[in-house]
Amino acid sequence: MNLDWSYMIDQIPLYKKALILTIKLAFWGILLSTIIGLICSIIQYSKVKVLRNIVQGYIELSRNTPLLIQLFFLYYGLPKMGITIEAELCAIIGLAFLGGSYMTEALRAGIEAVPVTQIETAKAIGLSNSQLIRYILLPQAVTSSVPALGANCIFLLKETSIFSGIAILELTNTTKDLIGMFYKTNESLLMLVIGYLIILLPMSLLLSWLERRVRHAEFGY
Amino acid sequence: MLNSGINVLFEGINMQRLLMGLLVTARVAVFSIIIGCTLGTIIGVIRTSKSKIIKMVFRIYLELFRIIPILVWLFVFYFVLPADFNINLDAEIVSIIVFSLWGAAEMSDIVRGALISLPKHQVESGKAIGLNTIQLYWYILIPQSLKRTLPSAINLATRMIKTTALLVMIGVIEVVKVGQQIIEHANLKNPTASFWVYGFIFFLYFIMCYPLSKLSQRLERKWAS
Repeated sequence: MNLDWSYMIDQIPLYKKALILTIKLAFWGILLSTIIGLICSIIQYSKVKVLRNIVQGYIELSRNTPLLIQLFFLYYGLPKMGITIEAELCAIIGLAFLGGSYMTEALRAGIEAVPVTQIETAKAIGLSNSQLIRYILLPQAVTSSVPALGANCIFLLKETSIFSGIAILELTNTTKDLIGMFYKTNESLLMLVIGYLIILLPMSLLLSWLERRVRHAEFGY
Repeated sequence: MLNSGINVLFEGINMQRLLMGLLVTARVAVFSIIIGCTLGTIIGVIRTSKSKIIKMVFRIYLELFRIIPILVWLFVFYFVLPADFNINLDAEIVSIIVFSLWGAAEMSDIVRGALISLPKHQVESGKAIGLNTIQLYWYILIPQSLKRTLPSAINLATRMIKTTALLVMIGVIEVVKVGQQIIEHANLKNPTASFWVYGFIFFLYFIMCYPLSKLSQRLERKWAS
């Protein structure tokens, strides 16, 4: 297998652009889905029945449908009903819609892991509900769900490859285009894999470091 | 005007075509779930062995499928096999291969996790009463670890079904592709067709995955206690 190195060097600027776009979309998607996750998990903790049912419905809907179909619906379906959304915004909305439910599940598990005594003690010393959530519940829930949140971040980063379905020139779509234009299959795919490794390896190292730090803060080892 | 688009679904044999497309999706999903789970169970058992090299090799295999997105794997198999090895496979076969390999990787981790979480005295007592390795796995380890693996295995199956939506990207004529064809055909007469067709496909995936994920949740709750 002979690789055409000069071709690969020529394509670096294109891949750099695609890499930056991928990171940008993933960043906003992950940020939004974390916010959605926080809000939804607090709603699930609260005992308001109507809101809980809405959140439950949202989780089931987003967990049981593929991202590609969600994106197609947003990008090709909605404009026909008069709602036109730009492709990149579509991608971010789709990723946040999908990621929100995963983040909710992760945080909910964290909230459930907080011992009941903590909550009872907080109530006993007279904290209000919002104080209880802010000072007692969330700090402990977030620390114990850090591994799951990290796994979700990596999952969402990988899901960005699906944006190629709605004509966004991120890593995978760029590669597909280049294969179509120059027929340099091996080189393009190699660059693609390197591109994902550049994002995902530091990310996974960072996350395992963070996990260790959090565990250290919590248990002291 | 707004509601006319929904008629596209029932025009001519459109509904039948969509369901036939769904059949292709389901075929790929079912084959790869079966192959992936069988292969994954075998690899999972192998991964509990003490040898460092075997552990390392399968660990790398697992991490490769975890780190690189499935869409990229589909492209790699779909483009590299014909270009370099002169193997021209049908896109459907390529997708079954990729999904099986991915499923096997994930399944092996589930099985391995369940096997090493079993109490050690189970293995020791099994050996003490003179069971050989096959009997040990067949009568002692597999029945017990099944309870721990089944919920996660069903979860993996729903993930695989969801991921079959990617098949359209390597040109398999499955439900999404059929939907696109119908939309293109109806686009002039019925501008709102895409809303309804994609909405319908969205709904189809939902009714395929929802019962499975509910089942997995129920099993998990039932066996957790």
